[in-house]
Amino acid sequence: MDLTAPPMRAVGIRTQFGPNVIHEDLDFTVNQGEIVGLVGGSGSGKSVLMNTMLGLKEPEGGRVEYFGRDRNDLSLDIRRSINNKMGVLFQGGALFSSMTVRENIMVPMRENTDISLNLMRELADMKIHMVGLPPESAVLYPSDLSGGMKKRAGLARALALDPKLLFLDEPTAGLDPVGANAFDELILGLREAMDLTVLMVTHDLDSLYHICDRIAVLVDKHIPIADKLAIVGQYDHPWVREYFGGPRSRAALAASGLNSRETG
Amino acid sequence: MLASTTDYELEMRETALIVHPKGSWTIAQASQLEGRLAQDVAALTYTHVDYDMSLIEDLDTAGAYLLARAIRQGVSPAESWDVCTGSNGHKTLMQAATSAVLGREPEPKRQWYDAFARIGQAMIRFWNETVETFAFLGQFFVVMVKVIAQPKRLRWRSIVNLVESVGFDAAPIVMLLSFFIGAVIAYMGANLLASFGASVFMVDLVGLSVLRELAVIITAILLAGRSDSAFTASIGAMKMRQEIDAMKVMGLDTFEVLVVPRVIACLIAMPILTFLAMMSGLIGGLIVAWATADITPILFLNRLNTAVGIENLWVGLVKTPFFGVIIAIIGCRQGLAVTGSVESLGQRTTTSVVQAIFAVILVNAMFAILFYKMGV
Repeated sequence: MDLTAPPMRAVGIRTQFGPNVIHEDLDFTVNQGEIVGLVGGSGSGKSVLMNTMLGLKEPEGGRVEYFGRDRNDLSLDIRRSINNKMGVLFQGGALFSSMTVRENIMVPMRENTDISLNLMRELADMKIHMVGLPPESAVLYPSDLSGGMKKRAGLARALALDPKLLFLDEPTAGLDPVGANAFDELILGLREAMDLTVLMVTHDLDSLYHICDRIAVLVDKHIPIADKLAIVGQYDHPWVREYFGGPRSRAALAASGLNSRETG
Repeated sequence: MLASTTDYELEMRETALIVHPKGSWTIAQASQLEGRLAQDVAALTYTHVDYDMSLIEDLDTAGAYLLARAIRQGVSPAESWDVCTGSNGHKTLMQAATSAVLGREPEPKRQWYDAFARIGQAMIRFWNETVETFAFLGQFFVVMVKVIAQPKRLRWRSIVNLVESVGFDAAPIVMLLSFFIGAVIAYMGANLLASFGASVFMVDLVGLSVLRELAVIITAILLAGRSDSAFTASIGAMKMRQEIDAMKVMGLDTFEVLVVPRVIACLIAMPILTFLAMMSGLIGGLIVAWATADITPILFLNRLNTAVGIENLWVGLVKTPFFGVIIAIIGCRQGLAVTGSVESLGQRTTTSVVQAIFAVILVNAMFAILFYKMGV
C-alpha cells in the first residue's frame, strides 16, 4: 500500500440503475490531508457516488482506487485493513439502537483489535470527549440523544479506529447554525490532530466556504470541476452559477469574508 | 508499512520523567504496550512528564492515550506535561489524549440482587400493563359511544380494508388448521372408543370439542399471531415516524382513526372466521370417522344433530366478539406505546402477541366456568 498516493481516486465511473444512467465518465480524486466538499443538485447522485467510493456499491463501469491500487485487485486482508482506515458518518448517525454510545464506539475496536476491555472503554470515552459530548452521554442510548448529539456520537464511532479517510454525509444538516459551526470547527480540529482526509457531501454553504479546501461539483452526471472555491465559483455552468451566485451563497460568502478579516 | 520494533525508554531527570517512545504507537500495538508501560511507571515518583517524539513513526489516538496514562499512573499524578520534540500533530493528539474525561464506569453486575430486582420489576410491569390495558379498554368504549352517536364518523373504507386483511386473508389458514385439528381429535377417539365398541361416540367427541372450544381458540390464537402483531407493528411504525403526532396536530382523534376501525374489523371477522373453522373442523372429523370407523357422513350428521345439538355452536360463537375486542385492543395499545427506538417496536410486538394469547386463554377459561355454572 502506497501511503503517498491519493487515498482515494475514482476513474471513469459509470453508474446506472436499469436504463437510468446516474454517473458517466466520472473522475474524482481526493488527496491526502484535504477536506473536499461534494455538491450537486438533489437527485444528482451524490450519495450514490459516496456509496460507490465507500465500496457499498460496485460501479457499472470504471474503477475505484485506494492509495493507488484498484479496489478489485486488493486481497481480502488488505481490503479489510483499508476499510479500517475509513470512517463513515451516515446522515442520521446510524448508531446501533440497542447499545449505549460507549458500546457503539467499542464495536469496531472489538471486531478489529485485541486490546483489553478497560482500554477500549477508556479510548471510547476519549473519543466521546474529542467530539465534544459530555462524559455522561457514554451510558446513554441513541434514543436519548438529540439530533446533533447523535451526529457527534456517530462521528465518535467513525473515529474509533483512527481512520485516515473520513466520509461525512450531510454532517451539518438538521443542526442549528451554532451547532453546525461547532461541528465544522470540530472537523477542522480533528483533521489537525488525526491527520484526516475528509470527503463531505454537504449543502451547507457556510461549511463549504469555511472548512473545505476543494469543492467538487457533480453536474451532468460527472464532476467537471473540483477546485478551490474561487475557481469553482467562476466555472461557467448554469447550475454552478446559480448555486454560488444565489442570495444564500452571497450571504455565506460575506459572512466568511468577515470572519477571516476578524481572525486574520 | 515499515515494521520497526515498537518500544520505549524511560529516563528520570530530577523530578521529571522523560518518555522516549519508539516505532509505531497505534491501536494495533496497544495491547502489548498497555500493561508494560503501566508497570514501569508505577514505581516512579515524578511531577512532570516530557515526551520525546523524535523516534516515533506512527502515532494514533490509542497510542497517545497510552502515553498520556503515564501522567496519571505514577506514585502520584504528575502536575504538568510537555512534548519536548515532536510535530504539531503530535502535540494536538497528546493534548486531546490528556484532556480526555472518562465517563461513568458501567455498573457492576450483582447476580443475586439483579435477579430479584428483575423479578420485582416484572411484577410491577405486569400490574401496570394490566391497569393500562383496562384503562385503554375504557377509553375505547367512551370513543365508541361517541362514534355510535354520530355514525358518520365511522371510517367504512378502512374498516372494509381491515376486514379483508384480518378476516378474508386469514380464512384459508384458519380452515386448514381447524381441519387438521378435527381430524386429529377423531383419530384419538377412533382408537380409544373402538376398544369399548363405542366408535359412534367419536361424533360427540369431535362435535363438542370443535364447536365449543377448539375452533374458537384456534381462530383467536391465529388472529393474535397474525393480526394483533400486524396492528402493533403498523401503529408502532406510524408512531416512530411521527405520523401519530401529525394526526393529533390536525385534530384527528387517533382512537377514532386507528383503534375503532381495527376493533370493528376484528368484531366482524372473528365470528365469521370461527364459523368457518367450526365447519372445516367438523369436515375433518367426518372424513376421519368415515375412513377409520365406517361412520358414513349421513350417520355422522344425524348423530351430530341428536347428540351434540345446535346450542354448542352458539356457545362457541358467543365468545368470539369478546376475543375479537381483546385482540384488537391489545394490538392497538401496544402499538401506541412504542417509543422512538427500533428496539421498543420489536419488544412491544412480542409483548402484544404474548398478552393477546394469554388474555384469550384466560377469558376462555372464565367462560368455561360460567357456562358450567349456567349448565349449558
